[in-house]
Amino acid sequence: MNFAFSEEQEELRRSVRRFLEDRSPMTEVRRLMETEEGFDPAVWDQMGNQLGLQSLIVPESYGGAGFTFVELAVVLEETGGALLGGPLFPTVALATTALLACGDEAAKADLLPGIAAGETIATVALTEDSGRWDLDGVTLAAAPSGDGWTLDGHKMFVLDGHHADLVLVAARTAAGVSLFAVEGEASGLTRTSLPTMDQTRKQARLEFSSTPARLVGEDGAAGPVLGRMLDLAAVALAAEQVGGAQRCLDMSVDYAKTRIQFGRPIGSFQAIKHKCADMLLEVESAKSAAYYAAWAAAEDSDELPVVASLAKSYCSEAYFHAAAENIQIHGGIGFTWEHDAHLYFKRAKSSELLLGDPAYHRELLAQRIGM
Amino acid sequence: MTTELDVDQWLDANWDPDLAVRAWWQRLAEARLSAPMLAPPYGRQWDRQQTVELVRAMTRRGALGPPSGIGMMLAVPTLLAHGSTELVETLVPRILDGSHGWCQLFSEPGAGSDLAGLLTRAERDGDEWVVTGQKVWTSTGQYADYGILIARTDPDASKHRGITYFAFPVRQPGVEVRPLREMTGRAIFNEVFIEGARVPHANVIGQVGDGWRVASTTLMVERMGIGGATVAAPSAAVPGTVAGHLDRPAGSFGQARPVIDESMVSRQRVRALVDLARQRARLADATVRQDLARLYGLVEITEWHLARMKSGQAATGGEGNVAKLRNSDVVRLARDVAARILGMHATVTGPDTPGGGMWQELILFSPAPSIFGGTDQVQRNVVGERVLGLPREPGPPPDTPFRALPQNTVPARSER
Repeated sequence: MNFAFSEEQEELRRSVRRFLEDRSPMTEVRRLMETEEGFDPAVWDQMGNQLGLQSLIVPESYGGAGFTFVELAVVLEETGGALLGGPLFPTVALATTALLACGDEAAKADLLPGIAAGETIATVALTEDSGRWDLDGVTLAAAPSGDGWTLDGHKMFVLDGHHADLVLVAARTAAGVSLFAVEGEASGLTRTSLPTMDQTRKQARLEFSSTPARLVGEDGAAGPVLGRMLDLAAVALAAEQVGGAQRCLDMSVDYAKTRIQFGRPIGSFQAIKHKCADMLLEVESAKSAAYYAAWAAAEDSDELPVVASLAKSYCSEAYFHAAAENIQIHGGIGFTWEHDAHLYFKRAKSSELLLGDPAYHRELLAQRIGM
Repeated sequence: MTTELDVDQWLDANWDPDLAVRAWWQRLAEARLSAPMLAPPYGRQWDRQQTVELVRAMTRRGALGPPSGIGMMLAVPTLLAHGSTELVETLVPRILDGSHGWCQLFSEPGAGSDLAGLLTRAERDGDEWVVTGQKVWTSTGQYADYGILIARTDPDASKHRGITYFAFPVRQPGVEVRPLREMTGRAIFNEVFIEGARVPHANVIGQVGDGWRVASTTLMVERMGIGGATVAAPSAAVPGTVAGHLDRPAGSFGQARPVIDESMVSRQRVRALVDLARQRARLADATVRQDLARLYGLVEITEWHLARMKSGQAATGGEGNVAKLRNSDVVRLARDVAARILGMHATVTGPDTPGGGMWQELILFSPAPSIFGGTDQVQRNVVGERVLGLPREPGPPPDTPFRALPQNTVPARSER
């Protein structure tokens, strides 16, 4: 295993960071989080045209750049650090990974090029009212109808579901859980924005009523497809979490060096210094976990299911701990709306729960190592 | 890099349980296999994986591991980094072939976390230095031929500038080694009383007055070792002229591991703990599953972190501190989940208990790793100040002569 990022990967990191500093500074993050859409379409277009972020892991044969998951992890670490809002995560980490795993050549050829070109905003609708991330939680019904299928029921907590052009829906047929493609403007689809605690990550409730849908992959065979998607998405989210956690540590250290109480910088007190040291320990550990998991994803290693759950559980806790400690170190100012600390706190908490919480992933890990 | 030596072939040709330990270790040293991660001429510059494979091959056939202990772990890397050519050529080969045993003479009763506050003094007398003071927490002191010793040579210099680092001969009048019984009931450590003992000036490692910088190398290596970066074959034979192991047959030591190894929670140990939980029908308990998964994760992350360090991607400068802090967490978690798996069996010790008594040993040893080699609190200070750049605690100006500083004190010990 080679842990070293290549010069090309480091250059990718630098250009994404520059882009985000320029086009998605915190003032923009704050402006957009107050909007219903949650993102700037012009920035989305530039992400596609200038940097090709939507196309990274799409193979060249489908119009993508054909990079590996390591490049995607590098990008998501940066977007996570900058709290970039909008549909990049569901498009690349959910919809793209599901399509790549679906084994349906026609669907891939039809749907992936639009995503790679940055023209299609895509998401996956898996969870329902139960909030479960396993397939037993899928109850939404799909039934054959003429040449195609129709969906009835509803989905919850769908990332960027309110404006996605393409929604991949997990639904239950007579044969079992299956994956369907639904157009954002399909008839019988009602989309309602949810007031998210983390305003930088939008969610929607989707109501399906005889909504026409296209079967993706084999009827009843979505289990392994969604399983693969969930593993890869966990790795992608772990990378995002690492970026956010590092930013919390940086904010804490900067503040601890400059805030004077009792005539000394508060960072000279061991009570604060030790908190920062613990955050560094956890951030560095989270990096090792996320980078190893990204490597396993890129190499299509057999270890992926184990390391995906390991990385997701560890990075979730490291990020939330860093975000909470960041507020504590800042004291009162950290609890204000004006300060950015709460934005990281909210993103950390929502990311901790997204795709399954740390205890859930530790249980998966236990099963996957044979316990 | 590929292994240029066929380890199995070499072991077929050289391992012989009837050889004296001395002769066996000599063969290992001549083949540059006693510390293969070292650069030539002493080692083969192997990476971690190659070294792990060597250890596995030796374990498979029950071969005695190379000499281990303070000499190999701490003295060799420090000598190679700071010692004069002459000192290196005299001392290093005799550590690698096990003919000398070493100990570490750093901590003092009044200089624990504040190690640089040490009071043991060395005064120049011609070509020699005369040493007086008390050291403590000296593991294998009773078997040592030499000690890596730091002593104050200039009390008028500032605290960190007046310290000199010596390769100190332990077996001489004026040095008394007394065992120190720990809470485990064992006596791994010793107290060492030094009264007018002598060390040649030629045995100064680095420059006079520059011992703190040299000691920093030792401490870094020590932290990394505690954090899991060291790959060592289990070796129950003690190096050096004192223990009397050199003339015994190399095959007579079995696979026993040194007791201090109880502080290490390896991948193998985690698997053993999962098996123990399965045998004891504890795997249905969600809290046991959660903690075992958490422990598994932390141990994996430790391995990945070491791999990332090797690739140069984890260059915060605090890797050793981070590794050591993580190890403290791992040990505490392993202790707690092992106790829960064993239940009342954890309260009874010895080889006839489930798990063979290893976990009870770990429970009792668990407070040690977060203290020895620098407490967790000192590690956090180092990370905070050197890695994150946070300001130091206010104190006297750094150029204050040591003599003028308030002295550390030791509360009186109760009668034992």
